[in-house]
Amino acid sequence: MRVPVRIYATEKLLRAMDEGVFDQISNVAKLPGIVDYAFCMPDGHWGYGFPIGGTAAFDTDAGVISPGGIGFDINCGMRLMRTSLQFEEIKEHIHTLIDNLFKRIPSGVGGQGNIRISRDDFRELLESGSSWCIRAGYGNTGDLNRTEERGCMSGADSSKVSDTAIERGYKQVGTLGSGNHYLEIQVLRPEHVFDSETAETFGLSIPNQVVVMFHCGSRGFGHQVASDYVRLLLEKMNSRYRLDIEDRELVCAPFQSSDGQDYFSAMKCAVNMAFANRQVIAHRVREVFSDVFHRSPEDLGMEQVYDVSHNTAKIETHLYNGVSRSMLVHRKGATRCLGPGGFDLPSEYNSTGQPVIIGGSMETGSYLLVGTERACETFYTTAHGSGRAMSRRNAKKRFDGKKIQREMLHRGIYVRTSSYSGLAEEAGAAYKNIEDVIDTTVRAGISRKIARFVPVGNVKG
Amino acid sequence: VAYSYVDNVAGSDAAFEATGRTMEELFVSAWNATLNTMIENPESIDTVSLRSIRITAREADLLLHDFLQKLIFFKDATRELLMVKRVRLIHTRNRYKLRARLMGEPIDTSRHNMIVDIKAVTLYRLAVVACTSGWRATVVLDV
Repeated sequence: MRVPVRIYATEKLLRAMDEGVFDQISNVAKLPGIVDYAFCMPDGHWGYGFPIGGTAAFDTDAGVISPGGIGFDINCGMRLMRTSLQFEEIKEHIHTLIDNLFKRIPSGVGGQGNIRISRDDFRELLESGSSWCIRAGYGNTGDLNRTEERGCMSGADSSKVSDTAIERGYKQVGTLGSGNHYLEIQVLRPEHVFDSETAETFGLSIPNQVVVMFHCGSRGFGHQVASDYVRLLLEKMNSRYRLDIEDRELVCAPFQSSDGQDYFSAMKCAVNMAFANRQVIAHRVREVFSDVFHRSPEDLGMEQVYDVSHNTAKIETHLYNGVSRSMLVHRKGATRCLGPGGFDLPSEYNSTGQPVIIGGSMETGSYLLVGTERACETFYTTAHGSGRAMSRRNAKKRFDGKKIQREMLHRGIYVRTSSYSGLAEEAGAAYKNIEDVIDTTVRAGISRKIARFVPVGNVKG
Repeated sequence: VAYSYVDNVAGSDAAFEATGRTMEELFVSAWNATLNTMIENPESIDTVSLRSIRITAREADLLLHDFLQKLIFFKDATRELLMVKRVRLIHTRNRYKLRARLMGEPIDTSRHNMIVDIKAVTLYRLAVVACTSGWRATVVLDV
């Protein structure tokens, strides 16, 4: 190994991690140009290439870029929107809200969006991200300011993506997808606010405040970009670059090579597609709430708190051994978590640090954390979710989707789904305890707890 | 059914082993396993539309990878669920060549019980090997 491995976990979480996590993070530590450590976050679990939760920074001159260190669902991420509504005001409307969100935001296998977009428009969207949506009337500039990278990674070049990727994804803007992708209406109870001052800065100051949280990514487009470059780099990795790796899913190219740069430009297109996808969904959420309450989104206080990315590679400048260095930070199933004064923060969050949105399982609840100065030790990276504790097939064998839906309704969570099998796969018991994951990031000092949200309605993709 | 799902690999995803007496049979089994990961009742798919594909690759496992990627592509691009009607595979000195006819129809959620989107066929533990009964493949899908 070129660098040591560092896994953030309690003994309990470490014991629960599958064997694959240890092999995979060790393989990451062998990649050329890796700096400091191969990190694994507390929600780490067995994936392919990098483990989910894997994070690694590479020297931008001597290091590599690896699609397997980013994942197929490029810029899969979370968005949190607040409202000025209290739970009492929406209690009677939960079913209508969820039913209308389910209708208005396409979800499920092969779901296609309801915005008309040509292939040429889509190429523009890939290069301009969320700002394309704002120009087209889907959202406002406040949304951009409170999105990682302001909703657009610069340097995206749509000539670097295949026609196959365009065909696969250009009709999917504004769709949720399936699997672990979802949209929830949640409530912030007063006893679940852990830092009221920071929560207030994030616009969360009303007792039993209603928020909307959702999780989705770059859909078939991003999946195809990753697939295309995995195959392309595999053909060239040994013959052209003489790179030797333990697992073919860690296929890579020198970052400064033409192939490395082409993938980076294409990846940015997928990052921007995901930002745009979540931007259109945010617009639909505002439309639905506005229709149900006969009030404008502004009057309902529907502002974005923040939007975070999970699966990316970004050039960032970090202090390492007392020297400021440019690095390519791969985060796969991990969240950037800038501390106060961080380089990409909107001015209103400059003193607090970056909001970190951690989605729990659909049955438990979710967290809002904030980045810390100490997170410099992970290149400002923290967990991204609960992490699975049970395979999808085991979950499907053990749980019944329709029964879960009934039980959740009994507990005050109204669920609509495109697939009952999919619902069974996402059962709360199939995931690790989110409290363990959150507590680990807090004990390690890489994040601080701000608030916890409980679900009252869920659209399951 | 010439495939079985494997539980103890990459738990958040889906993995399977497929078999066939010939490589063509193996490819059809792997296709069916992939299809069955997305849809609970593949028998409900009507054979309305017809598509032909051609693929070449240096290695058998990469040929299988590219073949299964086609199923995923059509699921998103044209929202079609396709089954293999016929597949022909030729191995020349340094290349595998595959031609296949696919038949199926667009997703209709009133008849098709969809489960989950497959994002990609991964290279993780991907293998096509000869065995006593013919051929065996291991595939991990990202879902």
